[in-house]
Amino acid sequence: MDTQLPPLFRRGPSPLARLVFFTLLSLLLFVTDARFKYLETFRLSLSVLIYPLQKLATAPSLILNRASEFFATHAHLTDENAKLNQQNQLNAAQLQRLQALEEENNQLRRLLKAREGYQGSAALAEILYSGRDLFSRRIVIDKGREDGIRPGQAVVDSVGVIGQVTRAYPFVSEVTLVTDKDQTVPVQVLRNGLRAVVFGAGEPSGLELRYMPVNVDIQTGDELITSGIDGTYPYGLPVAVVSKIERNAAYAFARIFCTPSAGVNQHRQVLVLTSPTRNPENVIAEPSSKTQAKTKKAKRGN
Amino acid sequence: MSTQAAKAQEILLPVKTSVIVLSLALGLFLNLLPWSGFGLLIRPDFVALILLYWCINWPRKIGFGVAWGMGLLVDVADATTLGEHAFAYCVLIYLAIILRRHVRMFNAREQVWHILPILLVSQIAILLIKVYNGAEFIGWGYFLSSVTGSLLWPPLSGLLAILLRLKPEPDQI
Repeated sequence: MDTQLPPLFRRGPSPLARLVFFTLLSLLLFVTDARFKYLETFRLSLSVLIYPLQKLATAPSLILNRASEFFATHAHLTDENAKLNQQNQLNAAQLQRLQALEEENNQLRRLLKAREGYQGSAALAEILYSGRDLFSRRIVIDKGREDGIRPGQAVVDSVGVIGQVTRAYPFVSEVTLVTDKDQTVPVQVLRNGLRAVVFGAGEPSGLELRYMPVNVDIQTGDELITSGIDGTYPYGLPVAVVSKIERNAAYAFARIFCTPSAGVNQHRQVLVLTSPTRNPENVIAEPSSKTQAKTKKAKRGN
Repeated sequence: MSTQAAKAQEILLPVKTSVIVLSLALGLFLNLLPWSGFGLLIRPDFVALILLYWCINWPRKIGFGVAWGMGLLVDVADATTLGEHAFAYCVLIYLAIILRRHVRMFNAREQVWHILPILLVSQIAILLIKVYNGAEFIGWGYFLSSVTGSLLWPPLSGLLAILLRLKPEPDQI
């Protein structure tokens, strides 16, 4: 053992002392990072150091993907083309209807002097790889701060919500999926407008509606859309479909399981909604001085 | 005892710092490959293995500082809380330092049985931090990474020896 060597051969403190020192250092870092978030700049600079290696490591699979696209067969392409044409026509018809409705809606809103709905810009990003941490559900996309990505922005695919940007590095950013254990999305049941919050279950394809009373009006198959009241996700994006409900009178809350609408684990391309969602202007008017005085009086009266 | 003598000579052979840096970069690169699904579950921690290799076979070449720094890099790359892997790698180095004389009495294939518990302990260190931070245990499959890592030990030792352009004795590695 090194510790039993004669003093002549000893070099510096013993391994145990070093272990204790570095453990304390790690714990200090850990607590600072987990609780106070002071180390983001430190993390950013380290990430720049790793970036070339990361780029290199993801290159082979990207090249492989591109190559397989290049060698797609003629039959496959014509088939796909026909399908896309058909889809396009359907979409065009729907789009026309949608545009008409949007116009009408905007006009009505203008009449009501209400704000116009979300008309944000979005950035198309490609998924580089799924997060390597087995304990969380994250993906890393190939757009970062340089492309205007900021933490907190919503990430969607063609169907619905996928997640939210949690960290933006210069060239890549990290998206926490809605299925992550710590991720929550404010939603609304499409059928009856009931508001709720959907939590990730930490499983590959699982979400859970928590804190809903046992007799709540939710059925299997109900669609959940974003309610937009958090100011992060714009209103009306599909989030999940209720897949199973357990109502047990012994518990205060029903257990409601959902599956995400969007292909949370499937696609290679995602959309990041880059322009900030405008928070609804303060709908409740500032209490005038009169009412304030009144409330003060009332409080004194009590 | 000819093998013992050969080993004693091996220690004296100079190892360039550039080789160590290169091997650690290679380990990080292998970690960064887009693993997913089951592959991610059984992915051995290459950085840990390479740190172990240098620490066991070439004492005094790397120590706690290098391991801690590599841990931080892995933490940033994996987007985990800073300090998790740094702590785990320090535990790894400590075990390697106190066990290395014992481990080096065996050949690479027998060393697997000593590498496995060392890797397991460092994985448990990570698990403890995760659980403290509010995560749930994801099942025993989590420890598969240590198993594959220790199985990879003999080929890795062989490869690194080639990287050093040594002439290993055929009955050793």
